[in-house]
Amino acid sequence: VENVRLLDRLSSRRAVVGTLYLTATHVIFVENGSETRKETWVLHSQISSIEKQATTATGCPLLIRCKNFQVIQLVIPQERDCHDIYISLIRLARPVKYEELYCFSFNPKLDKEEREQGWKLVDLNEEYNRMGVPNNYWQISDVNRDYGVCDSYPTEVYVPKSATAHIIVGSSKFRSRRRFPALSYYCKGNNASICRSSQPLSGFSARCLEDEQMLQAIRKANPGSDFIYVVDTRPKLNAMANRAAGKGYENEDNYSNIKFQFIGIENIHVMRNSLQKMLEVCELKSPSMSDFLWGLENSGWLKHIKAIIDAGIFIAKAVAEEGVSVLVHCSDGWDRTAQVCSVASLLLDPYYRTMKGFMVLIEKDWVSFGHKFNHRYGNLDGDPKEISPVIDQFIECVWQLMEQFPCAFEFNERFLIHIQHHIYSCQFGNFLCNSQKERRELQIKERTYSLWAHLWKNRADYLNPLYRSDHSQTQGTLHPQIASCNFLYKFWSGMYNRFEKGLHPRQSVTDYLMAVKEETQQLEEELEVLQERLANLQKSQSGDNKVKSKQQDQSKQTGLYTSNNSLANTPQEYSNDLKSFPSRSPSQGDEEDSALILTQDNLKSSDPDLSANSDQESGVEDLSCRSPSGGGCLPSEDSGKDSDEAVFLAG
Amino acid sequence: LLRSSQPLTGPNRRRCREDEKLLGTILDEGERGFVLDTRSAQAAKQARMSGGGTEPKSSYPQWRRLHRALDRGRPLQESFIRLVEACAEPSPSMDRWLSRLESSRWLGHVKAALSTACLAAQCLDREGSSVLVHGAEGTDTTLLVTALAQLILDPSCRTLEGFQGLLEREWIEAGHPFQLRCARSASSHARGKQEAPLFLLFLDCVWQLSRQFPFSLEFGEQLLLTLFDNAYASPYGTFLCNNEKERSLCKVKESTHSLWAWLNQPEEKQKFLNPLYSHNPLVIWPSVEPQSIQLWQGLFLRWIRPSQHLDEAWAEMQRLVEGN
Repeated sequence: VENVRLLDRLSSRRAVVGTLYLTATHVIFVENGSETRKETWVLHSQISSIEKQATTATGCPLLIRCKNFQVIQLVIPQERDCHDIYISLIRLARPVKYEELYCFSFNPKLDKEEREQGWKLVDLNEEYNRMGVPNNYWQISDVNRDYGVCDSYPTEVYVPKSATAHIIVGSSKFRSRRRFPALSYYCKGNNASICRSSQPLSGFSARCLEDEQMLQAIRKANPGSDFIYVVDTRPKLNAMANRAAGKGYENEDNYSNIKFQFIGIENIHVMRNSLQKMLEVCELKSPSMSDFLWGLENSGWLKHIKAIIDAGIFIAKAVAEEGVSVLVHCSDGWDRTAQVCSVASLLLDPYYRTMKGFMVLIEKDWVSFGHKFNHRYGNLDGDPKEISPVIDQFIECVWQLMEQFPCAFEFNERFLIHIQHHIYSCQFGNFLCNSQKERRELQIKERTYSLWAHLWKNRADYLNPLYRSDHSQTQGTLHPQIASCNFLYKFWSGMYNRFEKGLHPRQSVTDYLMAVKEETQQLEEELEVLQERLANLQKSQSGDNKVKSKQQDQSKQTGLYTSNNSLANTPQEYSNDLKSFPSRSPSQGDEEDSALILTQDNLKSSDPDLSANSDQESGVEDLSCRSPSGGGCLPSEDSGKDSDEAVFLAG
Repeated sequence: LLRSSQPLTGPNRRRCREDEKLLGTILDEGERGFVLDTRSAQAAKQARMSGGGTEPKSSYPQWRRLHRALDRGRPLQESFIRLVEACAEPSPSMDRWLSRLESSRWLGHVKAALSTACLAAQCLDREGSSVLVHGAEGTDTTLLVTALAQLILDPSCRTLEGFQGLLEREWIEAGHPFQLRCARSASSHARGKQEAPLFLLFLDCVWQLSRQFPFSLEFGEQLLLTLFDNAYASPYGTFLCNNEKERSLCKVKESTHSLWAWLNQPEEKQKFLNPLYSHNPLVIWPSVEPQSIQLWQGLFLRWIRPSQHLDEAWAEMQRLVEGN
């Protein structure tokens, strides 16, 4: 459709005219501008809702809201076209079969072996071994090998040594969805563990010997403590209400040696509404500070984030400081349980704060333990009441912790944002379906690609320059003693206002520091090489001049890492009185809007917004082939130059 | 960019030829200027009853008047006190914290100050028009606006040296009554109208700029905190008294040391420099959307939240840059 206008939320003056295209996988808007022809690509799977607004004199407005918080406002000249687009998008954004999803057609032009290798990057067996199991207290059980015991659990689970198959099966019958207690995290240092399950089917008075034995087995697996905590992450009222439905929670009288604790995180419906309210605040036009803060408070979003982190802290403390094992559950043990177990693990074990470790964490506590990705994030059209930003909340918890502990994580904010993006994009197969069983049936590994491999390949973009493995912040347990402080929680505008470039600092400190770090490393390497050469030459008494000139060239190349100040920015609308002001000053050059900085030459090769196009993907791979810091080969003069250009123009 | 105090128009709409002529000399034939009044239109009108007022269009035809109400005096002080109290109280819940933050209205003041300064800067940079800024006395919100506008527009004000010059010019010599304004800080519940954290509001706005433009200011947060401390209590004479006249009478320059002299010593200076600084010749336009304006934790939570991890991060950043 031609002559479509794309509006800018912040500045109604900045509408661009272009052509709208609908493909099988994307909505594409191409600007009419002469040189740049900027393109905006949106994956259908990202579309959360489409709103047709009242026709005005200028045309028919169509508002597309995306799951990654991008909001696109189009104005289509003809009502009929608008209606057609609306109907088409509704259909395209709600696939009914898995085969319709992008991951089955996405082609990054890798061969079969590379695809397989990609899937092998994260190996949970390796991870459990790294933790230290199986050992004297914990064993691997294949009782679920055909998903016969619990169809939302993986085929391999770790259970206490004294938990026989009989106990496991018995316990599973007494647990909602048969999700029996299984190991999530084992702490080598003191044998304490974090186990997870769903709620017991205890009703008001039901008991199950095997389930009680299961909890005893968990306790016995930790000889250092004579009790375990059982943490129910629900509000007490909800848990009690469940009893009327024949479910509920563990009675301390029946289970020997447990200390029961409610944590009070709200359910998926409350969270869905909370996010909705917060996004409404983000859509306000020129809100005052009060509007914003009041809206934020009213949504309750930060309160929920804090509740999850607080729960993680409680568990981490129990394990690290008290040396007591913890059994965590909610209702079905696949939402709040996943959130809380992964936050606790992150706090406890610095490995999960590395890039690889984080991928492993998600793979373990979310993917393998049957978090319902399809239902929660709407891969396929389904029940809107199942939709909830559960993993989004977890990702935000990580971000909040990153803000409090800037040196403790090997990865940066962009890593988190891209993961969130791909949870919804369905470009890769990792987050499809609701369980391992379903994924195997669909042969995901044989038919799609792994996100982890993609992220790993582009890991240079995701590093945190302040991370050092020998730093005090990265050792051992993270102690957010201050987590009880409400004032430390910030609104994550990098995520919820991700696409509003005007809101963010124009230059990325992270990218700058990474560039500096890389340059320093390369210079150090080159210095070593030159020193060697010098030593050799001195032995042979010739060519001093040659060496000197090389060093001079070197010094010219330094100092190129100044932030690019040609990224002028434009003022937003500060006043309605100054309507006569052009929004761009000719002296600063046209179109310095930093969104335009994302041209082919200097985009971060990993940016999913642009790499969603598979053609671009392959073109862009060349850019990501710069030698990572500390690479094995000796840099020649040429490669030094390449890395200089490599970009410090991030937006 | 000009500043003054309000014209004494009074209830009888007095005129002053000299004043009109003075403003007339600034503009060329046919040029337009703006008068940016930091009082609301209503407040400015009411000021006439007590002898003050605004520049009437008829007497100043080339000047167009804009009103941007900026709070000062008692309301600003109340806002400050409420914020400090909200930070000090360990809030039982997130809702309560956000509600107290909102009701203090401090961030709203930051937003208003930055917006107004940006407006002034826009007039100059985009319209190429001169701007005259004044409130009532020309010693509070006026200075806030002119100083911020210069930081936005002029890269030389963003160097350590330039910033000191800006402070000297636009706050100290311009006669901001530090003695009266910075006597008791947030502990002052006195009825008097004199205590007000204008200078702190300015520093907060500068901090917001440094956060939005991390490469563009030569100095860092540490300088802003030091200035805040010294405005209220200082071994140096720089912020003493209320104006140059008083400083001269008290012989401040003869009997005290200058804060700048201390700051500029090589060993001290290091602490205040921003390792990420690189000269940015362009105008820096901040975003004044609510999401872009954050609570200045380094100041308001200074003694409340442990800053160890953030200090370590800053040190690591310095190490990275210096290592290069």
